[in-house]
This record gives sequence, C-alpha cells and structure tokens, in this order.
Amino acid sequence: MGQVRLYAAVAAGGFRRYATYRGATFAGVFTNTVFGLIIACTYIALWDERPHLGGYDQAQALTFVWVGQAMFSVMMLGVPSGFEAELAERIRSGDIGVDLYRPCDLQAWWLAQDLGRAVFQLLGRGVVPMAVGALVFRLALPTEPWRWLAFLFSVLLGLLVSFGLRYLVALSAFWLLDASGVAQMYGITATFFCGMLLPLNVFPGAFGDVARALPWSALLQVPADVLMGTAGGRGVLGSYLFQAAWAAAILGVGRLLQTVATRRVVVQGG
Amino acid sequence: MSDTVVDEAVPGAASAAAFIEVDGVEKVFDVRRKAGFLRRTRHEVRAVDSLSFTVARGEMVGYIGPNGAGKSTTIKMLTGILTPSAGRLRVAGIDPSRQRARLAHRMGVVFGQRTTLWWDLPLIDSYRLMRRMYRIPDGRYAENLARCVELLELGDLLEVPVRQLSLGQRMRGDIAAALLHDPEVLYLDEPTIGLDVVSKVKVRAFLRDLNKERGTTVLLTTHDLTDIEQLCRRVMVIDHGRLVYDGELDGLHDLGGGERTLVVDLERELPPLDVEFARVVRVEGARQWLAFPAGQSAAPLVARIAERYPLADLSVREPDIESVIARMYARDASVAP
Repeated sequence: MGQVRLYAAVAAGGFRRYATYRGATFAGVFTNTVFGLIIACTYIALWDERPHLGGYDQAQALTFVWVGQAMFSVMMLGVPSGFEAELAERIRSGDIGVDLYRPCDLQAWWLAQDLGRAVFQLLGRGVVPMAVGALVFRLALPTEPWRWLAFLFSVLLGLLVSFGLRYLVALSAFWLLDASGVAQMYGITATFFCGMLLPLNVFPGAFGDVARALPWSALLQVPADVLMGTAGGRGVLGSYLFQAAWAAAILGVGRLLQTVATRRVVVQGG
Repeated sequence: MSDTVVDEAVPGAASAAAFIEVDGVEKVFDVRRKAGFLRRTRHEVRAVDSLSFTVARGEMVGYIGPNGAGKSTTIKMLTGILTPSAGRLRVAGIDPSRQRARLAHRMGVVFGQRTTLWWDLPLIDSYRLMRRMYRIPDGRYAENLARCVELLELGDLLEVPVRQLSLGQRMRGDIAAALLHDPEVLYLDEPTIGLDVVSKVKVRAFLRDLNKERGTTVLLTTHDLTDIEQLCRRVMVIDHGRLVYDGELDGLHDLGGGERTLVVDLERELPPLDVEFARVVRVEGARQWLAFPAGQSAAPLVARIAERYPLADLSVREPDIESVIARMYARDASVAP
C-alpha cells in the first residue's frame, strides 16, 4: 500500500513536471496539428490513387494519421525526449549513486514518472490535434464508448512497451557513457516501425510481417487498430496479449540489465 | 582462537558502543587501461587499504583527506552502494552492502555536488515524495518539516521550483530532505562547497544543533577546514587509502610538526634578525616574521629579541590547520611509493 502511494506520488510529480511548461505544450500541440494536416493531405493523395491500401479506406487512413499525431509525444514516437536523457545523464555523471540510496526501485520509479508524463501529454498534446483532425476531416472514429475505453487500455499497454524500450536506451549509458547516439538510432527505428511514416499494414510480404511483429507496432499500429476495430483476426484481446507479451519481455530485460549495471557499480564503483 | 569465538558468538554486541565499525576494510578496483589497439592492461588500484575505525553513536566526526584519498569510497561502502573487497563493516549492526534497503531508512546522505531534489518542481513536492518513500508518519513528518523549515529558513522557498534556487538554498533544501525521516546517521560530503559565508554559518549552526539535540551521528567530509574546526572535536585524516590520523583536532598541530610565527615590529628597518631556534621567513619594512617550532615557548625568544633589538610591538600566530594538513599530505606523498 505504501509502495502504491509512493509511486502514485511519483507519477503525479511526472504529470506536474510537464504541466509546468505551458509554452512547450502549446508549441507541441501546434506542431502536431500542422504535421497532421500535411500528412493527412499526403495520405488523401495516396488513398485517392490506391483506395483500400493496406485494407484501410480513406477515413481510416486519416484516422490513423491523427491517432499518430495524438500519440506522438505520449508514446515518444520520434527521438525520445522524456526521462531517458535525464536518467542517462545521471548515470554518466554518477548522480545515479544518490538514487541507489533511496529505498525504492529504480525501474518502478522511472516508470511511474513516465506514466505521469504520458497522462499529461495525452490530455495536453493528444486531445487537441485529434479534435482538429475530426473537425477538418471525415474520420472513422467509433461511437461506442467501450471502444474508446478499449483504446485507452491499449494505450496503457503501449506505454509500458514504450517505457521499457526507452529504459533500455537510458541504461546503455552504463556501458557507453553517452546514450544520445543510441537514442537517435532508437528514434529513427521507432518512427518507422511504429507506423508513423506509413501504417504497417501497407507493407507487403515477409517485411510487413516482421514489421508488424516488432515491439514498436504496439505503440501506434495496435492501439489505432483497437480504436477503429481493424485489428483483424487478432481482435481486441489478441492485441492486448501481443502488447502485454512485449511489455513483459522488455521490462524483464530492463530489470536484468539494471541488476547487472547496479552490481557493476556496487562492485566496481562505476 | 578463543577470542574470535567470543567475537562471533555475540553479534551486534560491539555495536552498542560503536555505531559505525570499520575493521580492516579494503577496496581494490580493477582498472583496465588502453595499451595499444584493442590491448588492455589490467592493474589494481587500492582505493582503501586496511582501514579501521569506530564511531560511537552521537559522535560528530570530520573525515578529511586530499582528492582521491579514499573518502568517497569509504562513504560509499558505509552507505552500502559499494562492497568492500575485504574486511568487516557494520553500521548500526547492519552490513550495509547486504541490507542496503534496510539501512536506507536509518541513514541520511547529503552530497554537496549532487541533489536528490526534483529539479522542475517546487521544493515541497520533493518532501512529499520523501514522506511516501520513507513512510514517515504524518505527525512526525509535519514536525520534522516544520523544524527544518524554521532552522534552515526554507519558509519562502517551499513553493519555489528547485531549478530556481540558489546553490545555498538548494543545499539547505537537500539537507532538510535527508533529515525528514529522522536518520540515526547522517553522511555529509562537502555540505558547504560553493556556499557563501552566511549560508555556511547557517548550515553549520543547524548541524551542530542536530547533533546536540537529536544525537544524530554525523560523518562529515569536507575540504573546508573551518567546517571541521567549528563542528568536530574528532577528526580522521585519510591519505592514499590509509588512515594517517585519528584523534582530536588539536593533536593535528603536533603531528603536522607545525611552526608558530612570531611577528615583530621594530623601531626601524633592520637586516633579518639573528636569533637561535628561530629563522626569519619574511621582512617587510620594520616588520619581520620569525618561524619557530610549535612545541617551544615564545617567551625566551621574545626576551632574547627585546634584549638585543629595538622592539616596538609583537604578536604570535598559531600555525593554521590548513598548512598543517597540507604539510601532512605532502609528507605522505613523499613516503608513498
């Protein structure tokens, strides 16, 4: 119980931290909206030329664009700019030593903080672009409330995967000292494999199969399909299972690396 | 043989008297160095070597030494984030590296150059977090916070984001954060570094009160010897991983082989005075500085000078602690391989 309250307080702190920077939030909303408009126009051209590309009709393709813009900062679909840089810097400078004095778990601490951030960015940076998209274009948004709830749960699972992956990026600082190169590489990989450039279901053959099976698809492709009811044979439950499996695996690897890294610090002095 | 048996038979018996026990502790780091393309040579660095000391509950001890002497390594071992390579280490009867989480609730750590506070958020948010983290009961939290706020003058700062605090304010904020859970022992690493004189005075006064009223055991690492002079009766000096001095601050003077200085004002300018047991180290107009061994009385020296020279005024200066310690470090460096 005490633990739950602690991490709830950490998450609340993560939320407030991002809420402090109103200018940044406003700029982010503006950017996401403009990008959404540009990409939406590109998709309209593309879907006019190839209707039902990847099994989406035009309204679904446009919905995917705006879900993507709404999720951009929530899931950190570009080069990550959340806790990773801060944690990597703490590792590099040795401030991580102070964190180890605390009677709490390192991974849980940062996860709670990142979830707090994500909730703020969902409200602060997700809602407005989505609303603009829905006003300007005809989107395939569901009317049933349960679909929206199902979507939110899928977003939560996606967040666990997103956090897990970025935690690995940050931990790489234990070995590389500077994690910014890894973060850049991660950003490029994530942008493509989450479906930010093009929905993953437009990619044919084995490449498409691989792209859809990678963890990044849990960040955007899967939640978007849960929202639109386009998850196919997998269904909502299958989608959850896919996301949860990746989340468990990646958080597990993070935990393992954290143990190895702290042992190294404890024995070797960092 | 028999005394080891007795020693093992009553674990924690010694900890009643000694709160911190360090017995023959060593820490050896394996360092790999580049020795050409892909080739690495391995060698050992002995950061701490057969270190032994005890600190009683409620003591306030200064821990000093030059950079790289092993101070931080010692503190890291005492807090449990570094495991000793050899030897025995106990804090409150607990082996720190094995039971770090258990010990965490009983100790506070303040690093002058690092912060545990939440950068973007108001100071009070970090304290609320500490309260949850250490599961501090409501009443005790309110009481401790009020006390810290009053004594460290944090009242106006609680709602200010940490990033906007000055270094001195942040430092006071960090000290409060380390004390909200009533730790039995407080490790301070350079708590006054970079602070202005007023902040230093505030921090020292607070630490003195804390130690006196709450009986908190304090281990203080610093390069500012005024901290030690004002706070600690006992001082430990570490150099090259070994304890070179452990005792009262005053004792350092004798050990350092210091010299006292006699400053004489003469009625007119004279060539350097010629007096036995003393040598002139500086001449400035009619004023001359004479160094003489610290163990010797100044009276005969003064009498001899007054006898032979036109003496107008004089004063005796004690060797300052900094120069004593500087001399100690230098001497150890020349002995070390």
